[in-house]
Formats: sequence, C-alpha cells, structure tokens
Amino acid sequence: MILDGKCPTGPIEKTWDKHRFDLKLVNPANKRKYKVIVVGTGLAGGAAAASLGELGYQVEAFCYQDSPRRAHSIAAQGGINAAKAYPNDGDSIYRLFYDTIKGGDFRAREADVWRLAQVSNNIIDQCVAQGVPFARDYAGYLDNRSFGGAQVSRTFYARGQTGQQLLLGAYSALSRQIKAGTVKMYPRREMLDLVVVDGVAKGITVRNLITGELESYAADAVCLATGGYVNVFYLSTNAMGCSVTANWKAYRKGAFFANPCYTQIHPTCIPQAGDYQSKLTLMSESLRNDGRCWVPKKKEDLAKHPDQIPEEDRDYYLERKYPSFGNLAPRDIASRAAKEQCDDGRGVGPGGRGVYLDFSTSIGRVGENTIKERYGNLFEMYEKITDENAYKRPMRIYPAPHYAMGGLWVDYNLMSNIPGLFVLGEANFSVHGANRLGASALMQGLADGYFVIPYTIGGYLAGVKPGTVGTDNPEFKKSVEDVVSYRDKLLSVNGKKTVSEFMREVGHLMWENCGMARSKESLTDNLKKIPALKEEFWKNVKVTGTGAELNQDLENAGRTADFLEFAELLCTDALHREESCGGHFRVEHQTSDGEAMRDDENFCYVGAWEFKGDGKDPELHKEPLRFENVHLAVRSYK
Amino acid sequence: MSEHKTMTLTLNVWRQKGPNAPGKFETYTAKGITEHHSFLEMIDVVNEDLIKAGKDPIVFDHDCREGICGMCSQVINGVPHGGQERTTVCQLHMRKFKDGDTIYIEPWRAAAFPILKDLIVDRSAYDTITQAGGYTSCHTGGVPDGNALLVPKGVADYAMDAAECIGCGACAAGCPNSSAMLFTSAKVAQLAVLPQGQAEAKKRVTSMVDAMQECGFGNCSNHYECQAVCPKGINVKFIAKLNREYLKAQF
Ligand SMILES: Cc1cc2nc3c(=O)[nH]c(=O)nc-3n(C[C@H](O)[C@H](O)[C@H](O)COP(=O)(O)OP(=O)(O)OC[C@H]3O[C@@H](n4cnc5c(N)ncnc54)[C@H](O)[C@@H]3O)c2cc1C
Ligand code: SF4
Ligand code: FES
Repeated sequence: MILDGKCPTGPIEKTWDKHRFDLKLVNPANKRKYKVIVVGTGLAGGAAAASLGELGYQVEAFCYQDSPRRAHSIAAQGGINAAKAYPNDGDSIYRLFYDTIKGGDFRAREADVWRLAQVSNNIIDQCVAQGVPFARDYAGYLDNRSFGGAQVSRTFYARGQTGQQLLLGAYSALSRQIKAGTVKMYPRREMLDLVVVDGVAKGITVRNLITGELESYAADAVCLATGGYVNVFYLSTNAMGCSVTANWKAYRKGAFFANPCYTQIHPTCIPQAGDYQSKLTLMSESLRNDGRCWVPKKKEDLAKHPDQIPEEDRDYYLERKYPSFGNLAPRDIASRAAKEQCDDGRGVGPGGRGVYLDFSTSIGRVGENTIKERYGNLFEMYEKITDENAYKRPMRIYPAPHYAMGGLWVDYNLMSNIPGLFVLGEANFSVHGANRLGASALMQGLADGYFVIPYTIGGYLAGVKPGTVGTDNPEFKKSVEDVVSYRDKLLSVNGKKTVSEFMREVGHLMWENCGMARSKESLTDNLKKIPALKEEFWKNVKVTGTGAELNQDLENAGRTADFLEFAELLCTDALHREESCGGHFRVEHQTSDGEAMRDDENFCYVGAWEFKGDGKDPELHKEPLRFENVHLAVRSYK
Repeated sequence: MSEHKTMTLTLNVWRQKGPNAPGKFETYTAKGITEHHSFLEMIDVVNEDLIKAGKDPIVFDHDCREGICGMCSQVINGVPHGGQERTTVCQLHMRKFKDGDTIYIEPWRAAAFPILKDLIVDRSAYDTITQAGGYTSCHTGGVPDGNALLVPKGVADYAMDAAECIGCGACAAGCPNSSAMLFTSAKVAQLAVLPQGQAEAKKRVTSMVDAMQECGFGNCSNHYECQAVCPKGINVKFIAKLNREYLKAQF
C-alpha cells in the first residue's frame, strides 16, 4: 500500500494556517459530549490533556508513575529550540525548518517540520506564561545557548533542567484542569491493550499497578503519548519504566509502526562501569558549547593522566574532521566519530570505551564560576556517579542509546492509520527523520500537545457521533480476557531465568548487532538469535507473585516480552533499509571517509510496517517523501 | 579506581504486603557489591537472588535513576534518601558504605503518605496540594511574547532555585511533624516572585495551605529537618516567604 500523509499542499509557509482554517470545528457546547483518552502525561500527553480539557472535552489521562509530574520528559537537561531569533543572529522559522530537515538526513515530511518550526515560538511564550523560570540575562531578557547541528543560538534553557521545568509547566496546567474537573487523572496504570471497534479506536485496557485489577475505559478518541523505545537496548538514557508496550499493543491491533530502525545514539553519556549497571546517564549536549572532545594521538599515552598529555599529542577529532561545526556536529556524526576513535584503539578509561570532554579551555577563558553556573548540576551528577571532579580532569564520555525517531505512523493530523487513534511526542515518527537535532524533542512534544492536537482532533471528532461505544461493548470484554490470559501465561512459565537476564541479553544483541553500526551480517544474525531468545523466554522465564497485586516483576516481564517482539521488527526494518541515513548506519553504505551514504533513488520514503499475525512476516507500506523546499543534498558539516 | 574489591552487606528491609497488612523488617545479605553500584542497583542484586529463590522481590518506587523524577523514596538508616547532601536514593553510590555494614531500609513514614507495599507509599497528597493552586491560570494560546515580561536574572534565579523541587516527599518524611511546608513553599515562592504569578498570589497561597492541612500534614515548627534531607537543596527561606505571602493574603 502507498501511504498518504494527507499533507496540505501549496506554499509551505501557508500550509498550517490554511489547514487549520479548513479543519472542521466542534462547537463549544458539543465538546463536553466527547470523551478523549490520553495515555501518557509527559510533555506531549500532559500538554494535550490540559489543552483538550480546557477546550471542554472530557479527558481521561493515564500514566504508569505515581504522578504525572514524573514522566521521563523530566530528565531532559539541555534545552528547547525556537525560532525567536532574539540574538539577532540570522535565525528564522525557515532556518529552523531547514536545519531540522537537513539534520534528519532528509527522511521527514516537509509540511510537518514546517509546522513544528512555526509553532516553536508559541511554545516559549506559553511556558513563560506558566511561570517556567527560563534563564534570563541581567536586564531580564530570555537567554539562549547553542546546540548541535545549528549555527545559530536558538536554544532556551532552565539551568540543566529544562525538561523538568517544561514538564512542571505542563503538569501545572494539567493540575488546574484536574481541579476544574475537565481531566480525570489515572496514575499508576499501564495500558496493556488498545480496543478497536469496527476498525475504529474506542478505548483501552489498563492494569491498575497497585491492585493488579484490569480496567476498561471507552472514549471517542484515543491519544497515545507514551514516549520512546530505546530501552530495547537495555542500557539507555531512558527511565527504567520506559517501554514500547503501549505502541506495541497498538501495532498488534493494526497501527503501522514507522521507521523503527531510526534510533539515536547520544554522543555524550557517562561510560558504562560494570555489568550490574541498570541505566546510563546523559551528560547534556549543551556541554559541547564549552567542552572539547579529544583522545590521545598515541596509544602509549592512554594510561597517562590527561594533564600529562601535551596539546600537540591530543587529537581534537571533531574539530579536525568537521571544522565548520566542530564540537557541535550533530549527534549521529559525533557518536560515530567517538566510536571510530575507540575502535582505532585510542579510547580512554576502562575497556577503552571513552573519549575526553575537556572544559579546561573554557574554564581558562570564562572562569570556573561561569562554567559552574552553566552546568553545575551536570558536573555534580558526573561526580556522584564517577567520583571524579570534571573541573579538574576532563569528563570521560561514550555514546549511549537515547531517543527513538521511529514510532507509530501518523498523518499530518497526528492520526494513525486506525481512525480515532492519535499519536503524539516521541511515540510517533513524524518530524525528526533519521536523526533528531538536540533540543528538538521537547519542542515537538509541546508542539503536538499544545498547538497541534487541539485543532486536529476537532477535525476528526466533528465527523463522529459522541458516546456511541461504551465499555459494555463485547470488544472490551474480549480485550480484558486476552490481557488476562497473556498475563497468566507469563506467570505460569515458572522457569529458571529472571526477566532482567532476558532483557540484558536482548539489549546486548541489539547494541552489538544493531547499534551504531549495522551490517547485513549482523542483522541477519540478530534475526536468528532474537526469535530464539523469545522462544526461550516463553519456556524459561521466572516471574514471581500473582496478577492480583502490586507486582513489579510481572510489569517488567510484560515490557520485556514486548521488547523481544519489537527487537525483531527493528532489525527487520534495519535490514531492509539498504542505505545509511542519520542514526541508521549500514557499514555497506558509506563514503570513502566513513560518512553515511543515502540512497535517495530507492529509499526516500517512510517505511511503515503492518502486523500480520504471530509467526508471519510484517508487511511493509511506503510513504514516498517529496522535497520541494529543501533540496535533497548530501548532508555535510565539514 | 579499584575495580575488583567487593562488599557484603546486611540489609534490614521493611516488608509489608499491603496498606492494611502488618509490616516488619526482614534481613537479607547483599553480596558482590562494588563501590560503583548505585544503592538501587545493590537492591536489584538482592532482588535477583530473591526471584531465583522463588521469593517475592522487594518492591520500591524508582524510574529515572538520575535524581530528577522524584520517584525513589527510601529511608536509609533513619534518614530519607540516606543522608548524602543533595542526593536522591538513586544517586547514592555504594562507595559511601563499607564492607560488613548493616543498613536499615524503610519507606517514607508520614500519615499523609500511606504505605501501599514494602517501600512504596501513596504520595498523591502532593498532587492534591498542587491542584489547589500551584499554577498560573493562563490558557493555552493567547499569551504575550516571552520577552514582553522582563524577569531580571536575580528573580529568575530565585524562582529557579525554588522550582528545582522534585516532589519526592522527603521533606514531609523527614519532618517530626510530617509537615509539607518545604514542598508547598517552593511552589508558592517560585510563582510569587515571577510577574506572571503575582495576579493570583493571594488566592494561591491560601488554597495551597488549606489543601496541605486537609491532606493531614502537620505544621512547621522550624526543625529544618526538611532542608537537611531535601535532595535538591530547597532552602527553608522559602518557608519564610510562604509565611509572608500567607500573612499578606489575610488582608
Ligand atoms: C536524559 C534525557 C535528556 C534529554 N534532553 C533533551 C533536551 O535537552 N532537549 C530535547 O529537546 N529533548 C531531550 N530529550 C528527549 C525528550 O526529553 C523526550 O523525547 C521527550 O521528553 C519525550 O516526551 P513524551 O511526552 O513524548 O514522552 P515521556 O515524557 O517519556 O512520557 C511518556 C508518558 O507515557 C506514559 N506511559 C508510557 N507507557 C505507558 C503505558 N503502557 N501505559 C500508561 N502510560 C504509559 C508514562 O507514564 C509517561 O507519562 C532527552 C531525553 C532524555 C532521556
Ligand atoms: S522540597 Fe525537597 S524534599 Fe521536599 S519534595 Fe521537594 S525536592 Fe523533595
Ligand atoms: S529514581 Fe528518579 S529521582 Fe530517583
């Protein structure tokens, strides 16, 4: 099937305004007759639930944590982009649009990206009105910093806790609506199935994580804003509870999964210290404003204290390879460059898997206090984990799985191929193409939640009669029965290996064979090993306790089972995409100097996969991408 | 860094099957722990052993494991978050302990935070306090340009110092009166100094303080235990600010 993103046509700068005008409206009195479910209350879901509630819809919102304030958006450190052009450095909506298309290696839709750039400015205003304490200068004006892949300063920030402050802004707006009674909040619930009635999304089945009870909720539309899936690599910068489960259950009910192989490996994370480790910690990209990446030129210097390695024996490899962007090269490029140095035997620290991020030049220029003011909390976090003081000794960093560009397929209205199912934030595939630029995910989450879904959902609901399906519909009962038998199956295996042993194994296979470099051979290998691991899981996993209680082992088992299935799809997508683009690097497709080589003739499309049943191959659908405003070109940051 | 030294520790962990079930300390041994393990990774190790032995693992709240979500919540040797300055449980590392140590691990203890199971408590009271007024009543859209309201750096920094609160609940858990003043005051102070928040300042402080009392938190009698255990270093000066705002709101 050729998919249609239903993008508006005509001059790009008019597309969103025209589309917004053309969308049908639900009149204010009728809005309260419609019920909308929002799963996930991170930036995307929190902003959506608050805005939809305020418009008058009856909203029911869900999250797995004990409070909507704890979604993993909270962990974003560096900042959020907007095309305000306050620094007068040549920024514009067009430039943000252009940088995002190019940064994504020409694998995103132009119209969606344009809209994102256009509403970016509204987001900053909205957050300021909520009381988000963005960094300001002494005169009181908003301050900016730079992020990778851009030559302008367009990133707004709140110390090293931008995501926290933006999420608390959305949480405060949500709290106001909860108080007003327009949003009903259900925390500690995990969505375990999407209920589809006659081909239309009409509700969800969730597990109450405290009591273990399964609950049904019906609505006129369902929005998923359940975040990203890079925990498929086991160790990542995501939170322990982040999973593919909500997306995966929707996929199994017919929603297409787009570009699962586009995963982002972030260049600056604290290297892994041991096998027991449960997660990796990011050191914000903003550090590359003031930190310089280097490794020793000579292998015999590796064991030396970095201070003892003279300037001329250091290889500032990013500055050498990409003189015009230097340390601010985009993430995919910076990550591969770090891997290259380590593969070449010049990595530092335990196992030779690390490069230096050195602040001494900047400390010399602006002083330790200024650096402390800019990144104090990051240096503190680094010290807590590594017991090293980065003011005195360069940080050691290494790339780690961080972000999912892929996600459920959506059209321009953020609606999936299942009518009534909308997907927001990191959970969808829409704007970042094959590589996301720093500070653009927060922007996307809030754009989707505050400024896109409130309009586009109205266009859908205006054509739907409210309240036609309730939880008494047989599909709800069937869904609960399916979830119960799946749960009981997990509990009854009673094997010998723990859930986390399986998760570590699948993560290891994904990192080694489908991480920063992928090949036909490594992917084929994974496509044998992962199904075998899945089979072993269902024969030999040990899950303790029962279904009718708070049972974290069972929660993890369910998430791991979904990751095992999803890992296979991710590898299938990576194998089919015979090109390198952005975060997807196929070693067979590279230039003589090791840069990614796209194949626009054959792969300039979104690859969206349809579930065909267990044991059957998924079917690939394509949505061709057209570039009318930014010309397809080799991405260069040299 | 010494890589190979490992520690063995004795853990006394509060186990409680449900909100109304009786609870008690159970003793476990954590083996093979290195100085690089985080505190929660140490419990992971114990849990793996329990699962393999067919026993129920210790349940505890956690998510980000990087000190920002506010989910983790354990009282370690009598101190919420374990007593390392400005550090959540998940950021606490085993290099702060030594081989042979005995460690007591308990949930938050406060009437307004009922225990759900083992180390997990119900902290929804903090959401209730926020819902009472921890916001500015702006609508989505229709707000002025971000630079239309100037906020001098000093004011922005003060607001940010207060806004760093992660809503973990340690302040109430550490307070002899189980007071939620530090948490409440942080939000009140942040919004009271920002021009965006001033229009509703009086209503906000009154409603939030009322909600705090209705939730069953005690009063503040200046013990300052809250600041001592707060993993984000939220300063008690915000409580003084709340008190001033509260007084102002009475007239
Ligand atoms: C460490 C880190 C730093 C980052 N820094 C930046 C940055 O500086 N700038 C930037 O732009 N981006 C950054 N990002 C990326 C950005 O933070 C995320 O992409 C973005 O916040 C995702 O928002 P979201 O609303 O889509 O998902 P999330 O915030 O992850 O929210 C997901 C929600 O879904 C819920 N949920 C998930 N599954 C289920 C289920 N099955 N049932 C019920 N509920 C469920 C969760 O409870 C949660 O409420 C960073 C990411 C990380 C990990
Ligand atoms: S004030 Fe400190 S201790 Fe209290 S909830 Fe906030 S971060 Fe936690
Ligand atoms: S787990 Fe998030 S703060 Fe500790």
